[in-house]
Amino acid sequence: MTALLADYLPLVIFMGVALFIGAILLAAPFVVAYKSPDSEKLSAYECGFNAFDDSRMKFDVRFYLVAILFIIFDLEVAFLFPWAVTFGGIGWFGFWSMMIFLGVLTVGFVYEWKKGALEWD
Amino acid sequence: MSVTAAFFYLFAGITVASAFLVIASRNPVHAVLFLILAFVNAAGLFVLLGAEFLAMILVVVYVGAVAVLFLFVIMLLDIDFASLRQGVLQYLPIGATVGVIFLVELILVVTTYAVDPALLAAEPVVGEVPVMTNTAALGSVLYTRYVYFFQLAGLILLVAMIGAIVLTLRERVGTKRQDAVRQGLRTKEEAIGMTSPPIGKGLGKGLGSGLGSGLGSGSPAPARPREDA
Repeated sequence: MTALLADYLPLVIFMGVALFIGAILLAAPFVVAYKSPDSEKLSAYECGFNAFDDSRMKFDVRFYLVAILFIIFDLEVAFLFPWAVTFGGIGWFGFWSMMIFLGVLTVGFVYEWKKGALEWD
Repeated sequence: MSVTAAFFYLFAGITVASAFLVIASRNPVHAVLFLILAFVNAAGLFVLLGAEFLAMILVVVYVGAVAVLFLFVIMLLDIDFASLRQGVLQYLPIGATVGVIFLVELILVVTTYAVDPALLAAEPVVGEVPVMTNTAALGSVLYTRYVYFFQLAGLILLVAMIGAIVLTLRERVGTKRQDAVRQGLRTKEEAIGMTSPPIGKGLGKGLGSGLGSGLGSGSPAPARPREDA
């Protein structure tokens, strides 16, 4: 267990340094920066008048489609990692097992390509 | 061991706190950000358990992809979240009932959990188990021994892909798609026409429209009235 923790010590140090720098960068302006607030400076500014409506708006469902397709191929790649690590040990059966898996997903890929899901027009 | 315990309480505490903030925060975008924090800390808990592959997959898949998807859903739905919160008290009984049932089940699972005494009595096989990382341990059985489940996972991904395309892809009419092949095959003859219009008359409609893609039309487009004046 301690060996595992020792393996991850660089990661912990990295996280600690990242947190430290992030916190410093967030906190420094409050200490260092010159401030003189004013009601005009703090008011909403959009070409001289107040904002008409909420800044949140519906956007195109195609973004969602791209995200879903990304997740699917992300998972496919996740399956490739253990396969690559044990490639020498699992023999031809393991090799063809992965090839069939990739073939099934390639069918889906060809479908989405032909269907135009990757086009943006 | 105390270092492990300290990290466990750190990760577990942040996970529980951020999970609470997911359901408590007013802004749904903040809720998703707290969900990401909960995922990252759960990955830390997995590392403490020794399940390193699972931890990294949690970071890659859940933090990298699923959280983005949740953000998209929130942006897509365009729901007035303030009005959704009006009915909290109305839904409280149902939610509390489900929660209590779940809690009772969890308590039953934890309290009635018992290790088979035969397993405890059995000789430990330490020394014969080859030392491997858990990525290698997964890989050594996933593609051979559990090949059907693996192929089933591939088929589920295929169904998800096709389902997403069928549900969300709409044919758009009236869009001008760039066709690179047709663009490249255009010849000089069909793209350029020489005219000599008389002074003051301009180019007639008949000549310009035949050349396609608006390049040949001589008359400038009428100035659009400014809408944002």
